[in-house]
Amino acid sequence: MTRVGVVVFPGTNCEHDVVEALGRVGADAELLWHTQPTLGDVDAVVVPGGFAHGDYLRPGAIARFSPVMAAVAEFARNGGPLLGICNGFQVLTEAGLLPGALQKNRDLRFICTTVAVRVESTRSALTAGTPEGTVLRLPINHFEGSYLCSRETLAELRSDDRIVLRYLENPNGSIDDIAGICSEGRNVVGLMPHPERASDVLLGSTDGLPLLRSLVGATVG
Amino acid sequence: MTFDVLVEVRLRPGIADPPGATIERSLPALGFEEVAGVSVGKAIRFRLDAPDETTARARVDELCRRFLTNPVMEDAAVTLVPSADADAAVTG
Repeated sequence: MTRVGVVVFPGTNCEHDVVEALGRVGADAELLWHTQPTLGDVDAVVVPGGFAHGDYLRPGAIARFSPVMAAVAEFARNGGPLLGICNGFQVLTEAGLLPGALQKNRDLRFICTTVAVRVESTRSALTAGTPEGTVLRLPINHFEGSYLCSRETLAELRSDDRIVLRYLENPNGSIDDIAGICSEGRNVVGLMPHPERASDVLLGSTDGLPLLRSLVGATVG
Repeated sequence: MTFDVLVEVRLRPGIADPPGATIERSLPALGFEEVAGVSVGKAIRFRLDAPDETTARARVDELCRRFLTNPVMEDAAVTLVPSADADAAVTG
């Protein structure tokens, strides 16, 4: 069974949802407290959403210096699948594991709604099992979700096919409608929408499941 | 020596500033039509011990680069003066 480590900082609040959703795609998920210097025996790592260290200074700015992050970075360098969701995406950009940054939403509102995103590339740890062009309905829940990066970085993301998800209707002012990107190695993925909150019909959508299945490498079924 | 440091974190030119734009939009209603170019940043104050000002500036610059700013969207203006705090001067 695939073992997934779910990183928990003070202020993280989506860890149990992620553990539950990963269980539904056949993974065995365990929480990793941020002071841990090692990850243990895990096959994938998720940095879930929330307000790590209160989002003080900037979202992810303090979390990136937590002891566990050195191990997370090494895991990613060795090609391990690493997913950052929402605040986790912010943490991964601050840590330099993904390019760019997340700025305050264009309209300066905290947005809590369900949006449609399109799979733009299947070449990532998160989207390998979802055909290009697939439209997924996923919840978003953020104040600082407007993705931005330099012109050069954007050109690189486009030419390397590293924009993995785009919003159909841009909710937050993200450059080029970007909802999710991946690293050069395609094993590190960050996205603002919450796939774990679209993991049961009772939640209004199960569109997050194929993404999480892809992450844990489980077969669809 | 002890220095009083003020780091002003600002959005880099060309980066959207929704709080600044929101404040600016609200000003005409308050009768401040003459105000323009509002931008919102952060002010971070602290004391720092260093043998001299050059070293102090180098340390503050490194701190800004590694932690206080996100270079993708922010830069910093640093004001650094020898601390007037007598206790800090004695202990420093």
